[in-house]
Amino acid sequence: MIRVLLPAHLKTLARVSGEVQVDVAGQPTIVAVLDAIEASYPMLQGTIRDHVTQERRPFVRFFACEEDYSLEPPDTPLPSAVAKGTEPFLIVGAMAGG
Amino acid sequence: MSSVRLLVGTRKGAFVLTSDGKRERWDVSGPHFAGWEVYHMKGSPADPQRLYASQSTGWFGQLIQRSNDGGKTWEPVGNKFVYDGEPGTHMWYDGTPHPWKFARVWHLEPSLTDPDTVYAGVEDAALFRTTDAGINWEELPGLRTHNSGPSWHPGAGGMCLHTIILDPKHPDRIFIAISAAGAFRSDDAGKTWKPINHGLKSEGIPNPNAEVGHCVHRIAMHKSRPNVLFMQKHWDVMRSDDSGDSWREVSGNLPTDFGFPIDVHAHEPETIYVVPIKSDSEHFPPDGKLRVYRSKSGGNEWEPLTKGLPQRDCYVNVLRDAMTVDTLDSCGVYFGTTGGQVYGSSDAGDTWTPIVRDFPAVLSVEVQTLS
Repeated sequence: MIRVLLPAHLKTLARVSGEVQVDVAGQPTIVAVLDAIEASYPMLQGTIRDHVTQERRPFVRFFACEEDYSLEPPDTPLPSAVAKGTEPFLIVGAMAGG
Repeated sequence: MSSVRLLVGTRKGAFVLTSDGKRERWDVSGPHFAGWEVYHMKGSPADPQRLYASQSTGWFGQLIQRSNDGGKTWEPVGNKFVYDGEPGTHMWYDGTPHPWKFARVWHLEPSLTDPDTVYAGVEDAALFRTTDAGINWEELPGLRTHNSGPSWHPGAGGMCLHTIILDPKHPDRIFIAISAAGAFRSDDAGKTWKPINHGLKSEGIPNPNAEVGHCVHRIAMHKSRPNVLFMQKHWDVMRSDDSGDSWREVSGNLPTDFGFPIDVHAHEPETIYVVPIKSDSEHFPPDGKLRVYRSKSGGNEWEPLTKGLPQRDCYVNVLRDAMTVDTLDSCGVYFGTTGGQVYGSSDAGDTWTPIVRDFPAVLSVEVQTLS
């Protein structure tokens, strides 16, 4: 079970409060977690990454265990603490726009 | 008893304002989609309870929301806008080729007859359509792939397809306008398109009389006379009496012919409204006086409408989709400002009242007349 923290706007869109939890088979990677989130919450498709290219939207960032995973390849494994559910995977709306 | 419902899109959410036919007291609901830009909302003429809204942010992209109960509740529907085939390039600001890239939906135009069919005008300019109530969107690629497409370039606000008009007498006829490519017409339901810019003159482009490249800000039509079109261009107010095949200027005695919205009285096809703005570099009313101008002669002769509008120290703008008219016997006219005011007139513009004063910057105003 992977714990994921969504930014406020996406929590509203997904009609959830607090963290969400998704199941990922095997070693969790960035792309596996995003796939699982979009499968559970289809209304989030296109809001975190591009529908077609699957590239992260420019003002969305990915953090885990106080590390920035935003620029890492999509198949990058996430830390074991995220895999165990002791730490969340953070999807963050970048501070931008003043 | 009749009532009206205003659909107001703002920089920070959507609002639904309702009133009875007197249009004196208004109930405000919202903000819906708080914190998101709502470029446009519009109801289906075939089912007034069916509404569509374009919601976007720079962070999380584009969403389309649908309501089946007149705006009380909403659900996100499809937001996948993918150009048909290889998108190719258009001109960038510096004159170099630039890949077509989807940014947002500027305008939603529901079908006149089918609540599940909606057209979407997007940036970078293209026309999309859904026939399943917003779940899936498909491009009508004949427009973007017009042979002039590679020469289109963006206006200051982006290369947006902002105007979509469906001809009530010719079901296969569609008019659209793009900043800054100009106006186009399809006579075969969107398969093929022709530029309809003959008579437009734009000093800011290399050939002022070019077939395409004009910064059209908005076009309006009266449904009883769809061959007559009125246009607010970047500069110049224009009129066509032949479905856009030719245009002539009707700016007449306006204090400035720059502006964004233009609309037509619901019952008088020769009565039109504009909001003159000082210039393209100073997007506010001349002399700090917010004035709607009305022509009862289809242009050229204009009168300022000031009663109830601020006549000093007013420096707001009125954007292209932020004016609308209802169809009650005494035609209501409404507009929203970048200062967050929505003004209404229940007597065709003779007098105005602020309906709300402190919304976020208003991007669009549409009205539904409900029986």
